Amino acid sequence: MRWGRRAAAVAEAGALPRTSIELRDVSHSYGDRAVLHDVTLRLGEARVGVVGANGSGKSTFARLLNGLVIPSAGSVLVDGLDTRTRLREVRRRVGFVFQDPDAQIVHPTVAEDVEFGLTNLGVDADERARRVDDVLTRYGLAGHRDHPAHLLSGGQKQLLAIAGVLVMRPQRVVFDEPTTLLDLANTRRIARVIDELEQDVVVVTHHLDLLTGFDRVLVFEDGRVAADGAPAETLRWYVDRLS
Amino acid sequence: MTLALYVPVASPVHRAPAGLKLALLAGLGAGLFLVPDLAVVLGALAAVLGIGLGVARLPVRALVAQVRPVWPWLAVLLAFHLVVTDWHTGTLAVARLLTLVLAAAVVTATTRVTALVAVVEWLVRPLAVVGVRPARVGLVIAMTLRFVPLIAERAQRIREAQAARGATGMRLGMLVPLLVQVLRLAATLGEALDARGADAPASPARRRTGAAAP
Repeated sequence: MRWGRRAAAVAEAGALPRTSIELRDVSHSYGDRAVLHDVTLRLGEARVGVVGANGSGKSTFARLLNGLVIPSAGSVLVDGLDTRTRLREVRRRVGFVFQDPDAQIVHPTVAEDVEFGLTNLGVDADERARRVDDVLTRYGLAGHRDHPAHLLSGGQKQLLAIAGVLVMRPQRVVFDEPTTLLDLANTRRIARVIDELEQDVVVVTHHLDLLTGFDRVLVFEDGRVAADGAPAETLRWYVDRLS
Repeated sequence: MTLALYVPVASPVHRAPAGLKLALLAGLGAGLFLVPDLAVVLGALAAVLGIGLGVARLPVRALVAQVRPVWPWLAVLLAFHLVVTDWHTGTLAVARLLTLVLAAAVVTATTRVTALVAVVEWLVRPLAVVGVRPARVGLVIAMTLRFVPLIAERAQRIREAQAARGATGMRLGMLVPLLVQVLRLAATLGEALDARGADAPASPARRRTGAAAP
């Protein structure tokens, strides 16, 4: 059912090019603290989930995918583009949604914040206005376009953060624990939004329900990929291990 | 705390160019202090109220909200003049400041932040020859307007958390946790700016060793 809605959205919008991300022998340290060890894998699926305990390396892994973190060793290639040397092109392809939307919203009002990324891309004013209207309407924020961002609810802020990324039309979106700060109703709302995206996604989360219908799940443990496969088996393995 | 004050209304004041409104505000500020005539100042006050409430059709509460924080200072100023000078000088000083506060409130309530920022960017454009990047200056102003209420909110949460554990009147005691939160916020914000295309040309060497652990 969930896959069906997304597939319909893709068919309606015209399929976006699929993004392939490859990690080759990637290790990363913050100072003396090693957080990832020799990770080698390729992400080509439309829906990839990432789970693991706090400190397991999954957020660093997510940040590697669009060059927010450049690996200490090894390389990350997005459609063959190395994040170390082709950062801007990589970031045009891969958007990033943070756990805390307050840290991602940089302008005082809703519409101005959504427009921010488009201005950085050099999109002309008419096109910016059209795209901002589209995305605000799609995510139910049109009535809040001139409202101060800090007065939105937690769920609305996360929707605004997502809108600010999607308006830039990336091919893949990485979500780093997008529902951690939200209540159940808003968690379900964000899950629905992710589900209906035409873009490929990588979702880092502790909410395993969010990964229903996904193509692949990675489990991180002590900076390594401890399990990698279809969601049903991989999540069962993860839950068994926790218990 | 309501620093983002724009009140969307279709009015001639809203449609007026931001640069013109800021220039008139600056002119009003200079004029009020150059003309020490209470009748003129009260006339300017009435004109500002007329423009704000009548032409721009702003709600009264939008203007009251801006005046409320300065009421105590105006009262202190008036009392000071009543003691040191006379009621006429005191009334003149209070009327000047009140007129300016209200005029600034009308400008910010009728002008989008992006329009105000564009004016500032235009004003600092000549400084580009000495390396100043106007877009960066504009971004700093926009982010200041965005983050002042957010940081005030975080400070309030820390105060509540401390109060919940029996601490009272620990104004200084909240500085360290607030500073820690602001620094973490700043680290993530830097990443968010990069992710949304506001980054300077890539400097992988800095990132490789300098990034904070998420």
